[in-house]
Amino acid sequence: MKDFEPKIVCFLCKWCTYSGADLAGTSRMKYPPNGVIIKTLCSSRVDPQHVLLALSEGCDGVFIGGCHPGDCHYQSGNYKTKRRVILLKKVLEQLGLNSSRLRLEWISASEGKKFANTMKEFTDHIKKLGPIPKIDCT
Amino acid sequence: MKRIGVFICHCGINIKDTVDVERLTQELEDYPGVAYIENYMFMCSDPGQNTIKNAIREHKLDGIVVAACSPTLHESTFQTVLKESNLNEFQLEIANIREQCSWVHNDIEQGTHKARLIIKTAIEKLKLNESLYPVSAPVTKKALVIGGGISGIQAALDIADGGYQVVMVEKKPSIGGHMIQLSETFPTLDCSQCILTPKMVALSKHKNIKLYVNSELESIDGYVGNFNVKIKQKALYVDPAKCNLCDDCTEVCPVLVPNEQEEGLGWRKAIYIPFPQAIPATYTLDVENCLGLEPIACGKCREKCTAEAINYDAKETIIEEEIGAVIVATGFDLYPVENIPEYGYGKYPDVITSLQFERILSATGPTGGEIYRPSDGKVPKEIVFVQCSGSRDPEHHLSYCSKICCMYTLKHAKLYKHKIHNGQPYIFYIDIRAGGKRYEEFVQQAVSEEGIVYIRGKVAKIYKNGDKMIVMGMDTLSGKKIEVEADLVVLAMGIVPSEGSHDLVKTMKINTDDKGFLSEAHPKLRPVESLQAGFYLAGTSQGPRDIPDSVSQASGAASKALILLSSDKIYHSPIIAWVDEDLCSGCTICVGTCPYGARELNQVSKVVEVNEILCEGCGACISACPSGAAQQKNLTDNQIDNMIKIIASGK
Repeated sequence: MKDFEPKIVCFLCKWCTYSGADLAGTSRMKYPPNGVIIKTLCSSRVDPQHVLLALSEGCDGVFIGGCHPGDCHYQSGNYKTKRRVILLKKVLEQLGLNSSRLRLEWISASEGKKFANTMKEFTDHIKKLGPIPKIDCT
Repeated sequence: MKRIGVFICHCGINIKDTVDVERLTQELEDYPGVAYIENYMFMCSDPGQNTIKNAIREHKLDGIVVAACSPTLHESTFQTVLKESNLNEFQLEIANIREQCSWVHNDIEQGTHKARLIIKTAIEKLKLNESLYPVSAPVTKKALVIGGGISGIQAALDIADGGYQVVMVEKKPSIGGHMIQLSETFPTLDCSQCILTPKMVALSKHKNIKLYVNSELESIDGYVGNFNVKIKQKALYVDPAKCNLCDDCTEVCPVLVPNEQEEGLGWRKAIYIPFPQAIPATYTLDVENCLGLEPIACGKCREKCTAEAINYDAKETIIEEEIGAVIVATGFDLYPVENIPEYGYGKYPDVITSLQFERILSATGPTGGEIYRPSDGKVPKEIVFVQCSGSRDPEHHLSYCSKICCMYTLKHAKLYKHKIHNGQPYIFYIDIRAGGKRYEEFVQQAVSEEGIVYIRGKVAKIYKNGDKMIVMGMDTLSGKKIEVEADLVVLAMGIVPSEGSHDLVKTMKINTDDKGFLSEAHPKLRPVESLQAGFYLAGTSQGPRDIPDSVSQASGAASKALILLSSDKIYHSPIIAWVDEDLCSGCTICVGTCPYGARELNQVSKVVEVNEILCEGCGACISACPSGAAQQKNLTDNQIDNMIKIIASGK
């Protein structure tokens, strides 16, 4: 059997983490290719329904990257994201999923290394968790 | 259905080495929606751009995906290509397959697979992109300059000379900032006041500049080009229009207060003029120390004032201004010397800060420019300067270099030698950083001709022994402990953002770095702009720098502000929120999530409306909407869902 290669959606805010991911690129830092990026203007654009859709469609993990507390380009978007993620993790547990399949990190535009390391860690973590089970919503 | 053209860039070998562009071109040829696909070595080059233009014409394309470098680099380049081909610029999507794919992966199979997913998500998003047009708004042709130091003064004069109105807000009773406190300036040794006061006078007389001293920014609302600003001005107990500068009030005032302008080396009265050349030229009543306000315990100055300029009942006022651009020139303060107790500042009067020594050297200072030490008025025969006091010490104090201390300390030592020919200056240093124009020559001349002794090392402790101060440290060249006896010790303190700038930054909602200095939009290419549109940075508010750099940066910030002010309209990104009126229930959950006050419930239709100019497009409201009525233009839930499905499919 082929090694399990997780499918991961990464929602990155344009101002911080997306730029951090760009910096990882310009610095030629290597990390696993499993995460595919969807750019949002702010992490607070990520609707909990997007996360649930990703997991129910067969993604094995969801990553959300935003600006550090106090650094949000839109003043407080990252705090809203933080609150939503805390609640959403509870919902995931209730659905019988390991809530660590959803990860939120603050990564600034200057933290290319942190982005690369986080991608590596998160991919390894999802590999250990294995493929996402079918979600039973009944 | 949209006819989409996909253009995959090799970026020389940068993409091609890790992404099989030929294979992707073949594979995606039949992908639904793709009408044309091509790859090319440099898509951003002129021939590359022409390839896109020709394909748009020949294949009647109405949407373009460019798979290339990060959109921060060439999104605008390719948007221009679309515009030149009569396509709306929002029918472009960039698939970032360089920074976020080829440069971070080694394996060509993995790279090609990921690039395929990235391009497909871009195609799916593009399919539902609408043609959008920037939201436009008028520009208020007036600038606000916060801070009246040399940077603020220069920026204000440049903008005013450019023909636009300027409002300057200064916290203190006079403009002039730290520069007016300085004695002479390196490397030319010209008198600081002689070069600054003409500019201060020019500012006060300029028909385009309105100056508010004793004032602070109370609030700022609105957006680039259209800010509403409230300025809080402290009560003007002395009417500048009536005051004739006779100085009678100061003579009768019984209260003595340490003089801030003299860095505490002298005294002033509770009613005073900060310094003789103060602008505006008027007296200030220091309400915290005045006895006459409540109850009427004194009242001597009002009795004495024949011009009837003093009014104890004056109240603070709020001034409202409409502003287009904001220059932030809030300056610096010295690193708190109390944080280095081992240097004995405060305990020993003969340990002073560099700014205090500036006042001692200054002709307008407490000693009239003669060098006496504070404790007993003795002329110091040996003087020790301690560079990097609080700087370049990440474990204990500031991690960064304060940039100006090497040069001003040397200037201090020189000016000291010019006054006291038989005196001996010693300078403790870590390195000598003399990178400016004619700075190295300034250093060399001092070392070879002035007899200044440089000791490489950090000072550990300063203590008193009899009449002398003992400066104890390590000479890192010889590796030996060293003790120098001195009559006076001057600490070259590091620089921190000015007191109060922290709160001001919160009021303006602009970014700072981890040291509290204002963040520039780009460290190299946009050094005078804040990331927040309409705010420009000048002087030491952005980081330690000397006078020439501050003045250049202020002129740079002014020219950026002038670009904005000279535009008739500003354009705002149309990637904003909108409301589907049929779905909105009027619950107003979204109203509370908006940090800009851009959402409001229409009391008649009972649905929420979005103010297009105020909306910044963060999307916080959209994910909060329980009914899916709130959407973001060109990043709708449907678009995100379709992208997710591509990634979930893994194909």
